[in-house]
Amino acid sequence: MQSLFLSRFSSLYITTALFCLLFLVGAFQFEGFGSSRVVANLFSDNAFLVITAIGMTFVIISGGIDLSVGAVIALTGVVCGLLIGELQMHPLLVFPLVLVGGGLFGAAMGALIHYYRLQPFIVTLAGMFLARGLATTLSEESIPIEHAFYDAVSDFGMLLPGGAWVGASTLILLLVLVAAVILAHYSRLGGYIYALGGSAQSAQLMGVPVARTTVSIYAISGFLSALGGIVYSFYTFSGYSLAAVGMELDAIAAVVIGGTLLSGGSGYVLGTVIGVLIMGVIQTYISFDGTLNSWWTKIVIGLLLFAFIGMQRLLTRQQAARLATGAAH
Amino acid sequence: MNLLSLSGMEKRYPGVKALDGVDFQLRAGEIHALLGENGAGKSTLVKVMTGALQGDGGSMSFLGAPLKLKSTAHAQSVGISTVYQEVNLLPNLTVAQNLYLGREPKRFGLIDWKRINRQSREVLKRFDLDIDVSRPLSSFSVAVQQLIAIARGVDMSAKVLVLDEPTASLDADECEQLFGVMRELRDKGIGIVFITHFLDQVYAVCDRITVLRNGQLVGEFEAATLSRSELVGHMLGKELQAQTHGREHREEKSLTQPLLEVQELAVSGSLQPTSLCVRRGEAVGLAGLLGSGRSEVCRAVFGVDRKTSGTLKVNDAEKHFLQPADAISEGLALCPEDRKTSGIVGPLSIRENIALALQARRGWWRPISRVEQERLAQRFIRELQIATPDAEKPIEQLSGGNQQKVILARWLATSPQLLVLDEPTRGVDIGAHAEILKLIRQFCRDGMSLLVTSSELDELLAFSDRVAVMRDRRKVAEIEGDDITEGNIMRAIAEA
Repeated sequence: MQSLFLSRFSSLYITTALFCLLFLVGAFQFEGFGSSRVVANLFSDNAFLVITAIGMTFVIISGGIDLSVGAVIALTGVVCGLLIGELQMHPLLVFPLVLVGGGLFGAAMGALIHYYRLQPFIVTLAGMFLARGLATTLSEESIPIEHAFYDAVSDFGMLLPGGAWVGASTLILLLVLVAAVILAHYSRLGGYIYALGGSAQSAQLMGVPVARTTVSIYAISGFLSALGGIVYSFYTFSGYSLAAVGMELDAIAAVVIGGTLLSGGSGYVLGTVIGVLIMGVIQTYISFDGTLNSWWTKIVIGLLLFAFIGMQRLLTRQQAARLATGAAH
Repeated sequence: MNLLSLSGMEKRYPGVKALDGVDFQLRAGEIHALLGENGAGKSTLVKVMTGALQGDGGSMSFLGAPLKLKSTAHAQSVGISTVYQEVNLLPNLTVAQNLYLGREPKRFGLIDWKRINRQSREVLKRFDLDIDVSRPLSSFSVAVQQLIAIARGVDMSAKVLVLDEPTASLDADECEQLFGVMRELRDKGIGIVFITHFLDQVYAVCDRITVLRNGQLVGEFEAATLSRSELVGHMLGKELQAQTHGREHREEKSLTQPLLEVQELAVSGSLQPTSLCVRRGEAVGLAGLLGSGRSEVCRAVFGVDRKTSGTLKVNDAEKHFLQPADAISEGLALCPEDRKTSGIVGPLSIRENIALALQARRGWWRPISRVEQERLAQRFIRELQIATPDAEKPIEQLSGGNQQKVILARWLATSPQLLVLDEPTRGVDIGAHAEILKLIRQFCRDGMSLLVTSSELDELLAFSDRVAVMRDRRKVAEIEGDDITEGNIMRAIAEA
């Protein structure tokens, strides 16, 4: 029982332990690294990535993939830039529009994947080109967003002891996190998502509404990418069609480092958050060091990914072995 | 009263009539066996009554009212649940999640895990399962998973429970446990459709038996009044009274040297210790019902499944086949049962398909020249009378019988000493059927040895010098010479 509990959550433990280790190494080496401000910045600097990666977590748990998220972030930024920056519409009118747009975009991809039995990889790749191309057509230039609401948002927040600033982005992130945990573990849809990743065929035979679930999964990912795009525009105060290029891969990396199986069926939203934080803490370490090239982040993340997929393989093999011995008696 | 009733059910696939006006009646509180050999239409009928497939014709009624199933989910919602041979639950979810997926009790709009776990434990207790329901399903044995699947079906207020070969991977004790549960459910008024290959199990738990053959209904029988040999007769389409003899005249063959000798060969989980001998120039038939272990013998002899005990001798020298390539290098060849998935390479031409095995035997570093390949292909197209304009036609465009001949040619090209044919005439039209049988006899005269499985009795009679009868994954009888009659084989299949 004990060992089983360990194995079920072990990837989550390993991820958390790794984050703590990296953080402690930084804290010992550099003054000011081990402060609550650095932790708070990890959250606020990576909020858009965390939000997007949470959507990606659901997609990957269901056994799919979504390559369109980076492009949807850029498209969201450009649309916000045009409507808020140029047309001076109120952001509270624009946001629901782009969020619904992102959700519908994802839903359309999910519908294609389910009804035409297409590979998620290829459908979302097409979605990626479509969204990126649309963003570039709308504006090749970066569009500045100047609006009183944006200033208010960037001022909004609270200062925690130790100089930690919890801003609007972090609060949105935490809300999304809570909603995602409830969705994953306390809603029927969550069960369906895990079921689909376990075996789509069995899930169907057990009466899981596969069509609705698939469409919902990609709609959630599209919605959260759009939300990520809004949060991204909070930092940049602009919308740019070439923003967040390749970010879908960062999100996938975070999900995998967070312990979700790429083959689907198993994983935790919280793991993904820690996965992003690990990537963030490496980046912070490199900027504290000052002498290292920032591309070292990519190298370390590459190595981590190798280590984690190796570990996943090992875990699934152990599970298969346990199943074999379990079936013997 | 009938709980579930199907009448005149039809289902057509391109070129095949999988169900041809089949009737099926299930009463409340009975265990009803659905039996039939390969291609009988059992699985199609099950799919129709569980909503996985829609029939092309015929009607269905449930509790006296007409019913048209749209999906498996729909079937479940009206009270028809299915448990498949391969447990179709989700290994990555917990036992409790598997039991309540899609109908989780909620509290304040959130799933109430405490209640789910408590209810799951209660439900499983009724099946004598006292397990930790918060563990993932994959941590339990197949037998337990099977029971959990049944528990899920029953707990969803099933009135009809379809068990599709649930015992295939269970041992005797586990089967007994399952039967106990089945009887209990029957006594509560649930109608159970039970599909199995094991006649013992049919007689152990079933009240009535429906037999299908070639997509048609053979009949519905009371288990208590139907003898085993009558049942086997119905399944194989032969009446026991008709004691037809096989070949009018069996050529006397002098006993030759044994080519293949297996002693107590066993594969864990698929084959009980079995001894068998094939002499030079002899055709040995393997008889038995579906699932009796016929194909398993072929696989074990050919090294597809690794033997766990026993010995295997080729030409009096003991051999250990770890993989088919080892068997091929000893001059063995196997035409597998499922031509589509493990035989033909569809898009490749006839010529390429024929050259495959020979090429593999020679090693890829010694390619067979194009001229040689063409010579081979031409020779076999002529000798086996493969109906094709030329050797370059992709094999997938040929008829089933001609595909089978190409596969035969592939192995003949390696000039094997022993050719193992697993159901060589399955899915082959009548004309090609006769030709393949003729070829089998021809090969024997040429000095090749054959081991051939077949579920067609007349086929076995036509070519066998000896017939080994399989039941429950072991050899139960061996019939030789003039004793090879339909009656003797059927009796051996039916009982010891």
